[in-house]
Amino acid sequence: METVPSVYRTILVVGGGIAGITAALEAAEAGYEVFLVEKEPYLGGRVAQLNKYFPKLCPPYCGLEINFQRMKKNPQIRFATLAEVESISGGPGNFDVTIKQHPRYINDRCTACNACVPVCPVDRPNAFNFGMDTTKAVYLPHEMAFPMKYVIDDSVCTLTECAKCVEACEYDAIDLNMVSKTFDLKVGAIIMATGWMPYDATRIDNLGFGRYSDVITNVMMERLAAPNGPTKGKIVRPSDGKPVNSVAFIQCAGQRDETHLGYCSGICCLASLKQATYVRERNPDSHVSIFYIDLRTPGTYKFFSKKILSDPNISTLKGKVARIIEDPTTKELIVEAEDILLAEILRVKVDLVVLATGMVSSAEEKKTAADLQYDKDHFLLTEQPAPGIFAAGCARGPVDVATAVQDATAAALKSMRTIQTAARR
Amino acid sequence: MEKKIGVYICSGCDIGTCLDSGKLIDVATTENNIPIVRTSPAFCLEDAQMIKDDIEREGVDTVVIAACSPRVNTDVFGFKGTFVERVNIREQVVWSHPANHPETQSMAEDYLRMGIVRAQKATPPTPFTEANERTVLIVGGGAAGLAAAIDSAGTGFDVVLVEKSAKLGGYAARLHMQFPKRSPYDGLEPVDIHSKIHEVESLSNVRVFTEAEVAGISGQPGHFEVTIRHGGAEERMAVGAIVMATGWTEADPAIFSSYGLGSYPNVVTSITLEEMASRGEIVRPSDGQPVRSAAFVLCDGPGDDSHFAYGGNVSSLVALKQAMYIRERLPDSIVYILYKDMQTPGQYEYFYKRVQKDEGVLFSQGEIRSVAEGPEHKVLLEVDNTLMGGAIRMEVDILVLSAGMVPATLDPEASGSLNLQFLQGKDLPTTKFGFADSHFICFPYETRRTGIYSAGAVRQAMDLAASAQDGTAAALKAIQCIEKSSAGVAVHPRVGDLSYPSFFMQRCTSCGRCSQECPFGALEVDDNQHPSLDPNRCRRCGICMGACPVQIISFDDYSVDMISSMIKAVEIPEDDEEKPRILVFACENDAYPALDMAGISRLNYPASVRVIPVRCLGSVNSILIADAMSRGFDGVALMGCKPGEDYQCHFIRGSELLENRMENIKETLDRLALEAERVKVMEVEISDSDKIPGMLEEFVETVREVGLNPFKGF
Repeated sequence: METVPSVYRTILVVGGGIAGITAALEAAEAGYEVFLVEKEPYLGGRVAQLNKYFPKLCPPYCGLEINFQRMKKNPQIRFATLAEVESISGGPGNFDVTIKQHPRYINDRCTACNACVPVCPVDRPNAFNFGMDTTKAVYLPHEMAFPMKYVIDDSVCTLTECAKCVEACEYDAIDLNMVSKTFDLKVGAIIMATGWMPYDATRIDNLGFGRYSDVITNVMMERLAAPNGPTKGKIVRPSDGKPVNSVAFIQCAGQRDETHLGYCSGICCLASLKQATYVRERNPDSHVSIFYIDLRTPGTYKFFSKKILSDPNISTLKGKVARIIEDPTTKELIVEAEDILLAEILRVKVDLVVLATGMVSSAEEKKTAADLQYDKDHFLLTEQPAPGIFAAGCARGPVDVATAVQDATAAALKSMRTIQTAARR
Repeated sequence: MEKKIGVYICSGCDIGTCLDSGKLIDVATTENNIPIVRTSPAFCLEDAQMIKDDIEREGVDTVVIAACSPRVNTDVFGFKGTFVERVNIREQVVWSHPANHPETQSMAEDYLRMGIVRAQKATPPTPFTEANERTVLIVGGGAAGLAAAIDSAGTGFDVVLVEKSAKLGGYAARLHMQFPKRSPYDGLEPVDIHSKIHEVESLSNVRVFTEAEVAGISGQPGHFEVTIRHGGAEERMAVGAIVMATGWTEADPAIFSSYGLGSYPNVVTSITLEEMASRGEIVRPSDGQPVRSAAFVLCDGPGDDSHFAYGGNVSSLVALKQAMYIRERLPDSIVYILYKDMQTPGQYEYFYKRVQKDEGVLFSQGEIRSVAEGPEHKVLLEVDNTLMGGAIRMEVDILVLSAGMVPATLDPEASGSLNLQFLQGKDLPTTKFGFADSHFICFPYETRRTGIYSAGAVRQAMDLAASAQDGTAAALKAIQCIEKSSAGVAVHPRVGDLSYPSFFMQRCTSCGRCSQECPFGALEVDDNQHPSLDPNRCRRCGICMGACPVQIISFDDYSVDMISSMIKAVEIPEDDEEKPRILVFACENDAYPALDMAGISRLNYPASVRVIPVRCLGSVNSILIADAMSRGFDGVALMGCKPGEDYQCHFIRGSELLENRMENIKETLDRLALEAERVKVMEVEISDSDKIPGMLEEFVETVREVGLNPFKGF
């Protein structure tokens, strides 16, 4: 006799950024079990690295805090950090998933007391700050990290050869013998919320990233401006630490361009407008120039843009930037651009250049299963790239936080319906 | 029944090395006669069992844990059926103040005193579980409403769908085609709203009313009483939650009169053009001849954006689509698209590129200087600052203006009011642009009426695909609301809270302040002129508690009496210059986490502060300031979010109401002959932990200059 496959009321959420967290919470609060998998050692994804959100210029941690509190209070949500999905098989209502978890080397006994850090002899570039500063090999990802547990970077740590942190820890929270582990889950529906990565700006030859340290990307600018960033919120020139009096934002850097990304990331104009306020509020004498092709400020964001652009010290110039070079004597950066409206070539000298680079899909084809459909930019093709599997947030295409949250909420409902439908069969 | 309290004092995470635990134990035993007092080097680890054992074997029903912040170890220190009071002596004492210092010790001891008092006074709340309707009311049968209906029904809920016109489908049903919503974004797609309409009409658990309107809504989430008027009759029913998906209306054509709309026959809106396309012919309205040239205008003249205020994110894409309509019909036609910025974000960029490849479509930035009519009703445009070389003139067969998508909420009479039978009015409060949106990108769909969620173009101008997504998502929120309301559990933002306010009505003076100040319209007024609460409408903020001039409002675990007792539990040193005492009411949403973060970063701030977390600054009753002053506190700080246009308050008006009440507070201080500088509102964002030490130090300085409170020692 054929056995009827069981239907599992658990939803797997792949990715613990704002879309993943939202999907997990919304489904759990509607009565479903959720398991969330995140590859970093902390939840929050890219928004945890932002200083402020547009349009209210409010702190992302406000929203993350309330979400983390909801997670802490809800036993229906379980999650694994440093974890990735190895394989998916099965179908709606009954998926078999294998998850691989990388060792944290720190167990649940960690109280975040920080005793391990002063004794650690190894430094590493701080990925959270895009390499702009360092942490020790044992580190807390950032002050508001959730889970509030330290982690060891085993690409630099010598583990049992050193073990100084083990001696310093009063709580037996460090286990240098931890290994990767694999475990299986049975779930009824899956939400792919794998988010995005910043486009590699070193590939944009003419804009000087990688050549001049005072050419940075928009994601790096967020860290510079953040109070918990590498400079404690001071926007200074990376080369010499001098204050910044003039900044050029280069929109569509490596985007809307056949040689780089063909699409527009949708958020970078708004992000640059937001970041212009960072510069202006820190230095009332500063000047900001935004070089753009189309200033994308859809819907009511138009009013946000208008308010910011009413500042006479912020100018916008419609034109493609040909190149960025450095003045060898003054060390200022020179932006060479064609002003399309005036039909003339401009050379603008600034202290700092911010490239508004784009968002690239993080979805990795090889790791996932079941004939997920991707588009040519490697974003998941539709809301439902395979039966019972839903895509939310930037896994589906470059979107802003508001849209990612909306998407995730819809994906949670669709997952619930999938489970209900499977149960009825 | 008498409570049995257990006090658990942790010595881990430097607490034991920075404080004198013996004295802390004395606070519990000697001062407060607590029967069970235990210590451990780490209550979060194996010794959590000690607490469990005491609950099981010693009958402890109220637990006070003096250790880390209540924001961590929530699961470890959650004991079913037991009231747990967390006293924060880690982040907010030993991690942020000098070790083994008498003032740090006083701080810890005072916090323990306050925690014990709170534990003594609080009672575990009993939830309200009498509202159990499992039906979702959806107002509006367009793309968003249909998606909400299909998904609510598909998740096992009954649905009532109310549509004001004779047909379902909304604007989607009037479209000819839609611009592409998926890769490769190459060509126009058919609109498949009819299969959605068919699906809704065939679902057995969906009741559809067309040519209907909502005549009245009363009640609360979990049990709203709804009256629907249709066919001249009224029908009453009960629903659990509501999705408002009433969409948009076209901006008043009169705004385009300076562009010739209404006077020149060949000036039309994008809606008219769409209708032409649906009928199968795009012709000049003046003489029915085919359109050979067209201009689409997406933007205003210089310095003016009043005409195109709404819908800018959709209009660029609509213009591209309609340009394709014209080009496909008439291969030798020419189309101009005049814009300020082409709003084709994300992968819609590919669609823009696709249309750019067509040599018959010319794009230019430009500012319209004038629109006039030429011979044979041709439309003459003067456009400045174009990319084609400065100012140009063009002559076209037809001028298409992008229609504004004005949310239905801006004209409830025409678009359908919810007719809320609420004291605070029949319509949903809207955001500053008139949308029924939440003002928080992190929490969309919420409106200012609990249990009512908004979706689609009434929430924000959006395209078809986004509207359908919105409907699905709002359906989820409605379903969640129903599930939570039936269990008496609060929804956003205090998800999980079982408490709700009770009223000592004998002392009510019928001032009406609570029912007016509640941001959510949770309170009605009964026949005795007393407030009447529908518990599931409540978001548990306590703003009513803060408003009441006679303090008759309280929650089981949060009340004026409780906080007042906590204030009185603090030991105030006698006239001692070195030991002022500052009370800090800290909003638990932003200020309290920021204080924790200061501790995690090991930043020091004055040990003279005593922090009391509050649900919202709006819940702080002015009498508490007077209490603090009479107790001998030298200053009171109220730390929370900023009010104003870009407000952060999860309860909308908390800090704004506090500002309003400051006048009364100043009067109180005057009466006590105390200086106004002793009370200060501090705006703190959750990311402001680095600013907190400076703010508090400055306040302590100000208070020192003003002088210590003369009421000390009374």
